[in-house]
Amino acid sequence: MAEASIDTTPRRRALAIGGLLAAPARSIFGFFGDHTLMLFHAFAWLLRRPFRLRLFLEQMEFVGVGSLPIIILVGFFSGAVSAQQTIRALEIFGQEHYVGATVGLSLALELAPVFTALMITARAGSGMATELGSMRITEQIDALTTFAVNPTQYLITPRVVASIIMMPIMTMVFNIIGLFGAYLYSIYLKQIDVGAFLYYFRYMTDPSDYLQGGVKSAVFGAALSLAACYQGFNVRGGAKEVGLATTRAVVAGSVAVLVLDYFLSDMLATFFPYRS
Amino acid sequence: MPPSTSSEKRPNAPTAGKSGGRSGDTTGGQADGAASDPVQIRIRGINKTFGPQHVLRGVDLDIDRGKINIVIGGSGQGKSVLMKHLMGLLKPDSGQILVDGEDIVPMNDRQLGELRRKFGMVFQYAALFDSQNVVENIAFPLIERYHLSREEIMTRVRDLLKRLDLAHVGGIEQKFPAELSGGQRKRVGLARALIDRPQILLYDEPTTGLDPVATKNVDDMILQASRDFGVTSVVISHDMASTFRIADKISMLYDGKILVTGTPAELLRSQHAPLREFIDMAGLGHGDEDQATPSAEPRR
Repeated sequence: MAEASIDTTPRRRALAIGGLLAAPARSIFGFFGDHTLMLFHAFAWLLRRPFRLRLFLEQMEFVGVGSLPIIILVGFFSGAVSAQQTIRALEIFGQEHYVGATVGLSLALELAPVFTALMITARAGSGMATELGSMRITEQIDALTTFAVNPTQYLITPRVVASIIMMPIMTMVFNIIGLFGAYLYSIYLKQIDVGAFLYYFRYMTDPSDYLQGGVKSAVFGAALSLAACYQGFNVRGGAKEVGLATTRAVVAGSVAVLVLDYFLSDMLATFFPYRS
Repeated sequence: MPPSTSSEKRPNAPTAGKSGGRSGDTTGGQADGAASDPVQIRIRGINKTFGPQHVLRGVDLDIDRGKINIVIGGSGQGKSVLMKHLMGLLKPDSGQILVDGEDIVPMNDRQLGELRRKFGMVFQYAALFDSQNVVENIAFPLIERYHLSREEIMTRVRDLLKRLDLAHVGGIEQKFPAELSGGQRKRVGLARALIDRPQILLYDEPTTGLDPVATKNVDDMILQASRDFGVTSVVISHDMASTFRIADKISMLYDGKILVTGTPAELLRSQHAPLREFIDMAGLGHGDEDQATPSAEPRR
């Protein structure tokens, strides 16, 4: 029998070391490539029959209506605490009547889109990853294929589209409730003048600020749902792996939201320059 | 080879809400030539590798029409991989898979979608959709494939529930999979696989993890589906007792190839070492052959 020998020539060693060094890059490109492909397929299947409206409505209900209580709760206290800190800072200069404008702007541009995305990642994103992961390990996704139903069209497309549609709506809810929290705190606890609060809010904020927040939140919706679907859809193994996939979905979704927020803010500032 | 003709494409197209399932219904739309061929699926020399792993190494296998064909083999021998090839869920690296004379290997997704209407699959743990109740699960293939009225769908679902001894379970129609026992789940899974009147039923290790009584019930279920619905059954199993109880034909997959094929009685006489080990470990060895052989004939 021929003895197995290890090739230790310099060329082979250089190739092995090169392979090791390239592995992380390959892994990162593979990760982003897989996500991009999944997003592409999700949109491509959106245009093909059959159109299952019920699945889209179910997901919109899950992502949107189901998240409403947590969005209202977090929105109210985010607005209130934002007003609290803003008043503390502005009091130093005697400018606390600007609180309506400051909180309104920060909610519209940053707080509402980002907090809503983080809340929906934690609630709906984790739910999506768990559901798809369970479906994978119990062969429900294979079963779909045996009925000639495309799993991407049936499972991924409705979740991604529903998230993109519902995120801006939920962000707007967050804005309204947050502003309400800020209003109550400022007017009733800090005795800020109602007229000044509302006047400066109207003076400083603009529909384009809400449009920027809306664009951001739609992109966040795509990112968080994609991260959740990718992790859930590609689970291999058992219950433990489903749990790990859910954790990864929440981490990946949250990180994606925060990283995208930076780049989107920069990009949107170009399209919506500050009004002087 | 071109895709099948329209008459072959929808062999199971629903007809006027009559709950079919009588023997012969399922093959009603087939081309006469294919229907008269006693072999429904011919597998010729298929190879499949996953990375460095060569799972299937030139598998040749005939699946007999209307019979219970069982593929046995140890864990990791490629039984499930072989089964996934039959429905076109996996494509072989080389070789042919002829279903009713048509090679499915070069088919595109649309053609495979049509082909899959000939098949029903019963999964190891039923793979029922958690979010849907029993009726929605069973009706799923009909809802996805056809525009039938609710009454028509319900008629067919209720007929199947009755024929598979599920109708007596109180409130079963509205129950969710989590509320069913293991045996009930398997029957609902079978009902879902049968609702569109397939010609070929695939079972993926149907008795794994079941107690002897439940195993016997599942065996009876497979026999009943074969007898009452006239389907060709392909069962992947490593449960030897169950295999010898219900099989018309047994094939052993070993080291990526079909080691031996034959009737249960023929296999009991076989001298292939891996097969003998399987048989002996299951307590069906030489000493029992005289007793085992008669009972090895399928009970119909």
